[in-house]
Amino acid sequence: MNIHAIRAIYRFEMARTIRTLLQSIVSPVISTSLYFVVFGAAIGSRISEIDGVSYGAFIVPGLVMLSLLTQSISNASFGIYFPRFAGTIYEVLSAPVSFVEVVLGYVGAAATKSIVLGLIILLTAGFFVPLRVEHPVWMLCFLVLTAVSFSLFGFIIGIWADGFEKLQLVPLLIVTPLTFLGGSFYSIDMLPPFWRAVTLFNPVVYLVSGFRWSFYGKADVDVGVSLTMTLVFFALCIALVAWIFRTGYRLRN
Amino acid sequence: MNSVVSVQALSKVYATGFKALNNVSLDIRRGEIFALLGPNGAGKTTLISTVCGIVNPSSGRVLVDGHDTVADFRKARDRIGLVPQELTTDAFETVFATVSFSRGLFGKPRNDAYVEEILKELSLWDKRDTKMMALSGGMKRRVLIAKALSHEPEILFLDEPSAGVDVALRRDMWAMVRRLRERGVTIILTTHYIEEAEEMADRIGVINGGELILVEEKAELMRQLGRKQLVLELGSRLPSIPPALADYDLELSPDGDALTYTYSTQNGTTGIAALLRDVDAAGLDLRDLRTRQSSLEEIFVELITQKQ
Repeated sequence: MNIHAIRAIYRFEMARTIRTLLQSIVSPVISTSLYFVVFGAAIGSRISEIDGVSYGAFIVPGLVMLSLLTQSISNASFGIYFPRFAGTIYEVLSAPVSFVEVVLGYVGAAATKSIVLGLIILLTAGFFVPLRVEHPVWMLCFLVLTAVSFSLFGFIIGIWADGFEKLQLVPLLIVTPLTFLGGSFYSIDMLPPFWRAVTLFNPVVYLVSGFRWSFYGKADVDVGVSLTMTLVFFALCIALVAWIFRTGYRLRN
Repeated sequence: MNSVVSVQALSKVYATGFKALNNVSLDIRRGEIFALLGPNGAGKTTLISTVCGIVNPSSGRVLVDGHDTVADFRKARDRIGLVPQELTTDAFETVFATVSFSRGLFGKPRNDAYVEEILKELSLWDKRDTKMMALSGGMKRRVLIAKALSHEPEILFLDEPSAGVDVALRRDMWAMVRRLRERGVTIILTTHYIEEAEEMADRIGVINGGELILVEEKAELMRQLGRKQLVLELGSRLPSIPPALADYDLELSPDGDALTYTYSTQNGTTGIAALLRDVDAAGLDLRDLRTRQSSLEEIFVELITQKQ
């Protein structure tokens, strides 16, 4: 294992995060705080409790998940796309590193940044709404697993994209709508039976539901199913990244 | 032969159908400076990229110090440093950070003293805290060389190292390449500047249309293919070449005051002695004479033209 290479890539990516602190951390925190102000404090005070949880507190896991997904994808996709765009990828491709080491460096840094961001948003939420975490270990497990899985997904998008437009395409047109429709702001039990059944095809439902369970002990779908679905997505992403490096798709061709 | 890089029947066909390399085989000797010449699109960069692992070959294989670049890629790539043709750098990184990054990427532990040594050798130490985007093109080129040397490679690929650099930097780079060779580093360079190959290379390969046309010792190449010319400056102008000299490969200058005789040193006799005797017999008055040899550039152009 080329530990020095993993460390070099990881540090390089983290240094980029620090250089762009406003864009990386402050901006998402402000956006999420606005959600809390609007949906939690202003509108939320007029909405009744859901499963015994105030609306403001109910949306916290969903909002954290929304930031976690979008930031994981954005960090990882940009992290690998920019060297491809600038041409500096030649150095990684010609170095004695395996795909595992490359992924550990890039995805590890992207996931770290997202996890830190998620925790900051949780802390920020504590200023606006009463917050409790019933299963803190599971909360961290879901947080880490989701950040890593979606960083892997972002890494794949960063390799697939051949322009900045495509880089934004999947997060904007697929991930954000799925997150909004995945129970971030409501319980899927509130939906009519038909739409509830349709929603179950949305993978984000399982992420939000499992994450929310770790806070309040209540979930739209069984927590075991949520965990399994997340692990399946993680395994699919790993398999796809392995295939990309084995074939050299969009990297060595 | 002590081969440090062995390219065996290498071919590369891109997805567009463009055949960039066609069954190329080549052995690079340990410690030599090998210059790869060829026109634009000849396959020079694809060949280097394939050896370095940046491009997957369609067929064939490459051994670096006996290690297959695919099956045993770690040991193969560990020995190679690459200076790319394009000035591709991380704009926001400092010089010191980007060189240290390269060292780590190639599996070497942090060694600030070594990085300092390289930066000083390349006259970059004063710029160590400068961001890449603030450097001139020539300075960026030096940083790319520093990055390639950061992990102490045994083989250094220089893809068009003189592209866009001024004369002073070019001479600095030539001096550095010679120093590296003295330390035992094998250098493979591609260039458009024939004088660069002529100045530095031990052996020369010419590639065109994805095929390696020839590989030869530079001195031998110039001896075999280099035509020599004897210029006879005449005391009085001639309207045409005298009939007594018609059997010689002679050319009369436009103003009629010089005869140029083209000959080869490959054959046992050059015909110079006979020519001078016949010139004397024809009663021509010689003011001066001199010889000149065709440059590598002329040889290169001739080779490419013949191929086309």
